Amino acid sequence: MQPVATTFFFYFLSGITLISGVLVITRKNAVHSALALILGLLAQAGLYLMLYAPFVAGVQIILYAGGIMVLFLFVIMLVNLERAQKEEQFNKQWLVGLLAAVALGGLLMAVYLKGSALFTEHIAQPVENSNTQQIGVMLYGNYMFAFEIASLLLLVAIIGAVVMAKKRI
Amino acid sequence: MAPITTLHYLVVAAALFILGVIGVLTRRNVVIVLMSIELILNAVNLNLVAFSRIWGLHGQVFAIFVITDAAAEAAVGLGILIAFFRNKETVNMDEVDLLKW
Repeated sequence: MQPVATTFFFYFLSGITLISGVLVITRKNAVHSALALILGLLAQAGLYLMLYAPFVAGVQIILYAGGIMVLFLFVIMLVNLERAQKEEQFNKQWLVGLLAAVALGGLLMAVYLKGSALFTEHIAQPVENSNTQQIGVMLYGNYMFAFEIASLLLLVAIIGAVVMAKKRI
Repeated sequence: MAPITTLHYLVVAAALFILGVIGVLTRRNVVIVLMSIELILNAVNLNLVAFSRIWGLHGQVFAIFVITDAAAEAAVGLGILIAFFRNKETVNMDEVDLLKW
């Protein structure tokens, strides 16, 4: 099934993503930043759906917007940010930030202009009904080792977070 | 109405990546710096999924691994932030100088 109104939805969703990205890095209140980031993540899940990636879209909503952002909001509530809002929000590195943005933007633009032959569209016909099944077969087949390493990484992260945040070991 | 190509998605992802880099370099609040890192990881994910439409499902599998990494990074980073806040009563990036001498 071809998606309908692709052009409109692409510009709509990517506009939401970019605007909420700007809000994330400019808001004074960290809770507002977190809410803007959640909106951006949901819009990006919509973009994934338009790219025939329903499983990644679901993982994005459940894990990112549901899990990681709740963690962020908890920590924002734990560390008392009333005083931090009255302080200066930006440091003195705006020149470095501007330089990095210009350099990265120039690099990416050069790559996309010169190498546009690499992005030619010969879209493989996506099999929509078995997307999740195929990803599962790949995870337990080709990427078995990486999958085990990822589980080990999560274990290390759990132990590390508990050890860091505990007052007295 | 021109059709939406892969290049459109790549441009959106590049803009998101640059926003994240600016946030990491210029904000003082550590929580917002961590959120900017999430923006960068999301830009990479968008690239991977956009390419997976052309080259097969490997990009989506990698996007899932990147999301796993983001979860681990957020947990450890926020744990470090809580430990730091307990010591110095601040969340400002430029006051993290315990190892400086």
